[in-house]
Amino acid sequence: MAATVQWRTETVEVAGTPVCLRRAGAGEPVLILHHDFGLVDELPFADALAATHDVLVPEHPGFGASERAEWMRSARDLAVLYRGLLAGQGLAGASLVGLGFGGWLAAEMATMAPADLGKLVLVGAMGIQPKDAYIADQALVGYMDYARAAFHDQARFDAVYGAEPTNDQLEFWDICREMCFRIAWKPYMYSQTLPHLLGAVTAPGLVVWGAEDEIVPIECAAAYTAALANARSETIANCGHAVALEQPETLAALVGDFLAG
Amino acid sequence: MHLMYFTEQPMSTYPADVGLDFGATALMFSNQYFNPEDGSRLYNEFIEQYKLAEAVGIDGIMLNEHHNAPFCMQAKANIFAAILAAITERVKIVMLGNPLPLAENPIRLAEELAMIDMISKGRLVSGFVRGGGQEQLAAGVNPAYNRERFEEAHDLVVKAWTETGPFRWEGKHYQHRVVNPWAVPLQKPYPRVWIPGVISRETIVWAAQKRYPYIALNTSIEQTKKIWEVYDDAAEEVGYTAGPENHGYLLQCHISDTEEKALENARQFRWMQGEFTGLAHPVWSTPSGYSSPTNRRAFVEFSAGRRANPRGKTSFEDQIRDTRIVAGTPDTVIPKLRHLLEETRPGMLALWGNDGTVSQEASLTCIRLMGEEVFPALRETAKELGLTSPFDVDAPVSIDYSTDLKPAASVA
Repeated sequence: MAATVQWRTETVEVAGTPVCLRRAGAGEPVLILHHDFGLVDELPFADALAATHDVLVPEHPGFGASERAEWMRSARDLAVLYRGLLAGQGLAGASLVGLGFGGWLAAEMATMAPADLGKLVLVGAMGIQPKDAYIADQALVGYMDYARAAFHDQARFDAVYGAEPTNDQLEFWDICREMCFRIAWKPYMYSQTLPHLLGAVTAPGLVVWGAEDEIVPIECAAAYTAALANARSETIANCGHAVALEQPETLAALVGDFLAG
Repeated sequence: MHLMYFTEQPMSTYPADVGLDFGATALMFSNQYFNPEDGSRLYNEFIEQYKLAEAVGIDGIMLNEHHNAPFCMQAKANIFAAILAAITERVKIVMLGNPLPLAENPIRLAEELAMIDMISKGRLVSGFVRGGGQEQLAAGVNPAYNRERFEEAHDLVVKAWTETGPFRWEGKHYQHRVVNPWAVPLQKPYPRVWIPGVISRETIVWAAQKRYPYIALNTSIEQTKKIWEVYDDAAEEVGYTAGPENHGYLLQCHISDTEEKALENARQFRWMQGEFTGLAHPVWSTPSGYSSPTNRRAFVEFSAGRRANPRGKTSFEDQIRDTRIVAGTPDTVIPKLRHLLEETRPGMLALWGNDGTVSQEASLTCIRLMGEEVFPALRETAKELGLTSPFDVDAPVSIDYSTDLKPAASVA
């Protein structure tokens, strides 16, 4: 795994909305969209992809330190903004890798421009309503409990956030949560129309799920795979919702192979 | 001085030990513990309490509403307001208040309140609140837009009350293509609006800017004085000097015929472990986006168990000492209340008389002593201290109907 990746950070304006963007590597463009509980500084999964790709990791506006887009009212708004970001960067046919909430965004982006898509990777993606269970409601649990629930292996949570996350981290999560509420309150973390649009996405798709995902029911993996025209699924054993944080090397190998294939 | 009686309408027969085991008595505490036979009896006992309050000369009955919790049985304050409109003749029906952000259709609220005002022959005081944090979750309403929805719903209700329809409303959170309710308030320009609250500086300033009286809910003398400072400064900025008619106060006060019984019953004010709105789960009571960003850090640390509740929490003894709870016979209660009036100078005072498992007999005794002995004495005190209510001085309903504004300080 590339340990010495140099990330460039800049703020780019998309239709007047500032977006904090990290970028590294060279090659075919890949956009990585982060979880609802925010971006972390160390992202070995992204480091690994940057060895072979031009990797873009935006921080969703309003999540953490980046400026909130007051006008934004839906997850789809954010997906459209990222379509504008890619266009503004002059990137066509980018592949999309969405993690959890970011997976919902990636799926929305795929439906907006099926012809302008390399490959689509959805990892524990929100966005589709499960039939037999519910997407976990973060409004009912503490910030730490919610982030911990995204990890099957609590030692990995401790390694990423520390066993006792700082008050700054808690405040960061509160800000992320507020923005989630602003754009995904009702219905909570899914779209009723997205499943009807996914069939137009013919690009190759990979649907990855942690076998022990406690945030988004694993039945959604089958729903995404069935709805997309050309997708297959992979399950990662002994892994929770935050696959990229819990088993970054496994995910990087899987996604790397898929993008190269 | 306007003197009111208040009860939270506690659902007192739920198994308290189960609530303690569960760790919370709100939002997710299962309604399998709500016994509707007890509920039926209790609702009717509250009606008896309100009838007695009118009979013994109390000026107003204060109502409120909460959801998913045993500390308050009123899931819709307009229901009890409508009942009081029909079964009472004289008391003001003081709603403190309707939680505006929970309304998906504020026009419906405007209609209901107009009906209550007409049926009561103009006795409605229509307070508005933001609703508690857990209420947003109980109603499925987005906490991140709580304040925006509060202000927009208020503006829409007032417009529906004051401008003839049909008109159209295209707002951020509410869109109504035809607003034309065939129910409008009897009181003109519209029923008085009082705003109750505890901690939120933004709400205090908003109330002052509207010239709506602010009712401090069970705050200590020092907290209350700080609230008036914020209110009075905001009032000066918009061109009027606030007085007692802008300041209201709700106080937990149990009155009985012996000191012992009064103190014993007053302990029931702590029946929810002293929590104002039940034994609360901090994450539910403060959903992200609900509180002011200036309080974010404090609530975040509180919810993680790393800081005391920013809303404050004190023992029974502390609350008795700093007169947030007053208990006794009329003879001992009157001087304590006089002291509170001297210190905080409100023009409106509501006494929260009973809570928890206080018996109906003790509740009725409290109301009788309140109306027949304590309030008459307080009226004399209020006259002496110049504590006038909005009714006493015919205060304008809002800043928009004020004819006495001074040039704004920033302009002068």
